[in-house]
Amino acid sequence: MQPRGDKRAGRDHDVLMTSEKHVVVTDLRKTYAGGFTAVDGISFDIERGETFALLGPNGAGKSTTIEILEGYRDRTGGEATVLGVDPQHGGLAWKARLGIVLQSSGESGNVTVREQLAHFAGFYPNPRDVDEVIAAVGLTEKAKTRIKALSGGQRRRVDVALGVIGRPELLFLDEPTTGFDPEARHEFWGLIRELKREGTTILLTTHYLDEAAQLGDRAGVIAGGKLIDIGAIDAIGGTDARTPVVRWRDASGAHEERTLAPAGVVARLYSELGGEPDGLEVIRPSLEDVYLGLVAGHTGSSRQSPAQIEEELA
Amino acid sequence: MNAIALGLDRARYETKIYFRQGDTIFFTFLFPIVMLSIFSVAFSAAGDFGAGPDGKGGISAAAFYLPGMIAAGILLSGVQNLAVDIAVERGDGTLKRLAGTPLPVLSYFIGKFGQVLITSILQVALLLLIASVAFGVTLPTDAAHWGTFVWVYLLGITTSAVLGIALSRIPRTGKSATAVIIPIVLVLQFISGVYLQFSLLPVWLQNVASVFPLKWMAQGMRYVFLPDSFKQVEQGGVWNLGGVAIVLGIWLVAGVIAARLTFRWIRKDS
Repeated sequence: MQPRGDKRAGRDHDVLMTSEKHVVVTDLRKTYAGGFTAVDGISFDIERGETFALLGPNGAGKSTTIEILEGYRDRTGGEATVLGVDPQHGGLAWKARLGIVLQSSGESGNVTVREQLAHFAGFYPNPRDVDEVIAAVGLTEKAKTRIKALSGGQRRRVDVALGVIGRPELLFLDEPTTGFDPEARHEFWGLIRELKREGTTILLTTHYLDEAAQLGDRAGVIAGGKLIDIGAIDAIGGTDARTPVVRWRDASGAHEERTLAPAGVVARLYSELGGEPDGLEVIRPSLEDVYLGLVAGHTGSSRQSPAQIEEELA
Repeated sequence: MNAIALGLDRARYETKIYFRQGDTIFFTFLFPIVMLSIFSVAFSAAGDFGAGPDGKGGISAAAFYLPGMIAAGILLSGVQNLAVDIAVERGDGTLKRLAGTPLPVLSYFIGKFGQVLITSILQVALLLLIASVAFGVTLPTDAAHWGTFVWVYLLGITTSAVLGIALSRIPRTGKSATAVIIPIVLVLQFISGVYLQFSLLPVWLQNVASVFPLKWMAQGMRYVFLPDSFKQVEQGGVWNLGGVAIVLGIWLVAGVIAARLTFRWIRKDS
């Protein structure tokens, strides 16, 4: 018993040291019964109040990772701590501090938006005001409509509303805006920024890199079950991947120059050509460009095993 | 809110949803009422059931079928309703969503049981009302018969609800739930004396049916609603209320253990 006691004391000490971290993941692994390894040694932390975007192609291990942190799946290796608790043993008090927006589901929806939110609000010790949440997701006019009569994008907003109704300290958003039109997505971003302002910690997975760039403070890129890069949204991929490109045309054709000093190049061109260069562009790689470069550079990124497909469908 | 208060809130919510589902209303709530009406009308010209050679001492078709339909209603409201309902909720993501909230499992089950109890009491009340008002069935007037009615009903509905929870684990998907559950429930109704007179079934089939709870619920209800003389055609010539209590009690305990061992919010991978 003695060594075990020592270990506990050590862990408690760790928790104190990391009290401002809402999520701590160390060498996380998940191997399914069929032998397929979906998550292969991932480590990252999320600070209190931070928005962390987890990016990666389909089947890369994003959903498995987020579902382990939500307590839906048991890990097969490594450590995970969410709000100071091992998600494998999270009780009701722990769940009351979380908000979970799963990937879209197909519930029958025989209740109205307001009935559903008022009902779920009753589960939590300190819920938000139901009508304020309905207004925040832009469904005030649909409050008395049964959920099954809503469009896909409107149902998704109900999912988000249910995720935030309990005033969560940590919010999981698993591909929250799939199926939104551009206007709805921009409104949704506004809602998430409001939650960020209130200090909510957010773990976001998304296929939309502009969304990650708009909302995220930091991002991690997963491919083939491994974390291939992690960093601030405006630094991920490293200096190389982010080197601006200057493009222009002249009599001899199109030119392109990668440079860390684009203004200098433009000034040089201006003086050399004695005027405005044709088709001048200065391009800073977007998060999407950086991401595609990262994933393409990772050999294992495109494989998708049957077990993985089964898991995606489950 | 504590787990009990939340459970009562769930019961209100679940009952509201129950009555918004057309297929559930017909195949679970109204089904025994519709069947009682059909049998009562169809056999109304066939003479009284159980009449002696002199044509006396018999009862109407409605009176004869009432106990079986009440028993069937208990089975449908408990087993069929919950087994399908929970399997569908597991398939469509309802349970997964609830699993991510601080809703206690106990509250979820109080809600389910409350919904079963409310809808089933309404169903039985409607059956009794239609039998007595529309078809002129004479209901018992003494406390002893109603006392038996209450305990057979409560034991029957509790056992049915628990078995429904246990059976909800069998369908692999929400879409297959009705296809898996309804045949089980339907076969039981045919061999347990709901639609066919139990005493006319072959003895071996009677013995098979005696393993399952529906036969005993129907038998208990026959004691309550049929004249005492009808006991001659029961197995052994007695109402055997002790047997009703024992068999239903065994299924209740078995159902609680099975539900307790098998219920999961979601199918967690290994």
